[in-house]
Amino acid sequence: MKAIVLYLHVHQPYRIRHYTVFDTGTKHDYFDAEYDSQESNERILQKVAEKSYLPTNARLLQLLKNHPEFKVSLSITGTVLEQLEKWSPEALQSFKDLVAVNGGSQVEIVGETYHHSLAFFYSRAEFEMQVKMHREKVEQLFGQTPKVFRNTELAYNNDLAFWADKAGYKGILAEGWDPVLGWRSPNFVYRPTYTNNIRLLMKNYKLSDDIAFRFGNQAWEEWPLTADKFSHWLNSEPEATNFNLFMDYETFGEHQWDESGIFGFLEHLPQEWLKTDGNTFMTVSEVIDALEPKDTVDMPHTVTWADTERDLSAWLGNAMQQEAIHALYDLQEQIIATHDLELIEDWRRLQTSDHFYYMCTKYFSDGDIHAYFSPYETPYEAFINFMNSYHDLKFRLSEKGVKV
Amino acid sequence: MKVLMLGWELPPHNSGGLGVACYQLCKALAKQDVDIEFILPYKADHGIDFMDVTAARPQDVMTVVEAGGVYDSYKYIYTDGREEWLDIVGQQAMFEKSVAKLVETKQFDVIHAHDWLTFKAGLRARQYSNCPLILHVHSIERDRAGGNMGNPLVREIEATAFLMADKIVAVSEITKQMIIADYDIPADKIEVVHNSIDRELMTPLDSDNAYRYLEGLKADGWCIVTNIGRLTIQKGLFNLLHSAKDVVARAPKTMFLIVGSGEQYHELIMLAAKLGIAKNVLFTGFQRGKNWRDSFGIADVFVMPSISEPYGLTVLEAIEYGAPALVSKQSGVAETIQNCLKVDAWDVHEMANQLTALVTNRSLREELHHNAYRELQRLSWDDAASKMSRMYHHHVSNHPNKQQKVTA
Repeated sequence: MKAIVLYLHVHQPYRIRHYTVFDTGTKHDYFDAEYDSQESNERILQKVAEKSYLPTNARLLQLLKNHPEFKVSLSITGTVLEQLEKWSPEALQSFKDLVAVNGGSQVEIVGETYHHSLAFFYSRAEFEMQVKMHREKVEQLFGQTPKVFRNTELAYNNDLAFWADKAGYKGILAEGWDPVLGWRSPNFVYRPTYTNNIRLLMKNYKLSDDIAFRFGNQAWEEWPLTADKFSHWLNSEPEATNFNLFMDYETFGEHQWDESGIFGFLEHLPQEWLKTDGNTFMTVSEVIDALEPKDTVDMPHTVTWADTERDLSAWLGNAMQQEAIHALYDLQEQIIATHDLELIEDWRRLQTSDHFYYMCTKYFSDGDIHAYFSPYETPYEAFINFMNSYHDLKFRLSEKGVKV
Repeated sequence: MKVLMLGWELPPHNSGGLGVACYQLCKALAKQDVDIEFILPYKADHGIDFMDVTAARPQDVMTVVEAGGVYDSYKYIYTDGREEWLDIVGQQAMFEKSVAKLVETKQFDVIHAHDWLTFKAGLRARQYSNCPLILHVHSIERDRAGGNMGNPLVREIEATAFLMADKIVAVSEITKQMIIADYDIPADKIEVVHNSIDRELMTPLDSDNAYRYLEGLKADGWCIVTNIGRLTIQKGLFNLLHSAKDVVARAPKTMFLIVGSGEQYHELIMLAAKLGIAKNVLFTGFQRGKNWRDSFGIADVFVMPSISEPYGLTVLEAIEYGAPALVSKQSGVAETIQNCLKVDAWDVHEMANQLTALVTNRSLREELHHNAYRELQRLSWDDAASKMSRMYHHHVSNHPNKQQKVTA
């Protein structure tokens, strides 16, 4: 038996508007940019819904109905779910429609932090709160309780696996990074060291990136990639049991445009793959239930799915990012103690990892400014908006008589 | 390749970036086997060995009494005893006359003239020699007039020269666009050759800064924001002071160090007082040498708010001497350095926002400077010199007049 484990990650942050020092202490609407501006969350959400969520879900729905063997796992952050509720209820409904197919047996929702944050590395209490918020939101909207966990940016280490095991998850996702895998292949189920019950699924980054990054690249030697060719590659791996194709959901229609043929690829993949006997699709839970772990995997250092470094340097690699995130988590105690839900929610929205990613200078300083997505012209602008918002949080605390 | 280069100033007798740019470009050209004779309107020892420097003086002038810098009025004393005070326009006319005379005795392949003061001399040299003329534009009249029309006499010289030249070199894309807009010159006649910096020519800072008082303030938690440049409308200092008021209101331990002289000197002092920030603005007047270097050295932030700045060499100097920079988007240097903050010169509000962020966040300053310094290390005049050298060869081999002369 060979299974494709297709896992798609859906996320949109609350981008900070051009928020100046003159706004600090006077306006608290950090995330409410003018509709036409670069940082307008409403405009971007609607654009992505139109280009990616709606057309992709229409195809996924058809595939789920046509092929009972077709399965997909999704993680959807709390911040994007809220935005869909506000600005694209039809796109939210289209996600619900996927989950509803066949009594929810073909689509699995994966757990994560509500705010797509790096809280695991800064505050365990805050991290657990955000995981709980996400679980409740998923239960409320989709009627499922997540059984498998993925951390923001697939940031993973032994501690996280240990935590997820204790928290009762049956599986956890990580990057199948060569230095960690060594001689091993990502195409099996593993068990994290120091755990008993939990299983580890590792992304096959080569095959995943063929779709997510290289698909539309006409200079790529394998271009154009067809469902037929892709299935052939998978079929020629005799030992493999599971191909973990993990990627951003926005691959379909947003990172790879309609014109690239990405939707045609998606439409044809199940029928091409299922042509061979023994080939199937599985959700993340199904593959964990079906297969015994091949080996244990030890990851003492944090590994992510980003960049050639596969570490957190895109989020925490420079002095601005470090200062910003430490300043934010230093406010935790005072913010939580206010019991002011709006203030707490604004503080949490500022924890979303995208804010720190926008401050990343490692591509920018090499002049390769097109290598990363950002609504801001420079990483410095991102930092200035963030710190002005942070100072406003402090102002709001001081208004309540809290000493900061 | 022999080049007749026409300029108005060279270090150490320069008043600003023009002389430095000419000097460093010529040094890089000399490395590429370009033989330069540099013609100046004044006589002085520049200690230069990589090219010939010649003073163009009318034959009947006995002495020139230089009242101050190269842009001030000079007294010309003729051999027959006559005396005449010449202003800048008069001097450029005198330069034209002198160069016309000089050309008769010189051999060269191409003429390369820097800015309007030398353009008429360049045209005259072209007329007498049948050699191609390349005009190098470090600024146009609208830059110097802070976005206004400026002096119609100067505009007329620029308009005529731009039309008649064989090629125009602009120091930035914004300058090229302004030449097209102001003088209706076709875009393909203008090539952008960005200025650069020769870091080896810069004297390093020593361990002891001339601004003792500011060092004391810094130890006490103050942040120093430096601007260096002429105090003239082009440089946008009115806007800077208005921003400074908002910065000081939020970060009272901010000191603005304004280095330079110019016609706005008294106005700016008055404005700082009117805005209630006189205690946070220091005017040092014009500085050279160690004091000039230390103005960069003491800076936590360098700001160049120019309304119009064809290039902006001081920004590169600031980065070399350790300061992160905030520059106006209306500057050429904003095209070559990614890692500086950029603001529209008229956007006083945003300038205050960015300045406040700079003076209150060490990590922002460090990250900016660290990355800008890496960019600076990649800059070199060699690229500009290669471009110029190719341009010389192209025009010399394709110049119709020259070919006629050769066949005749």
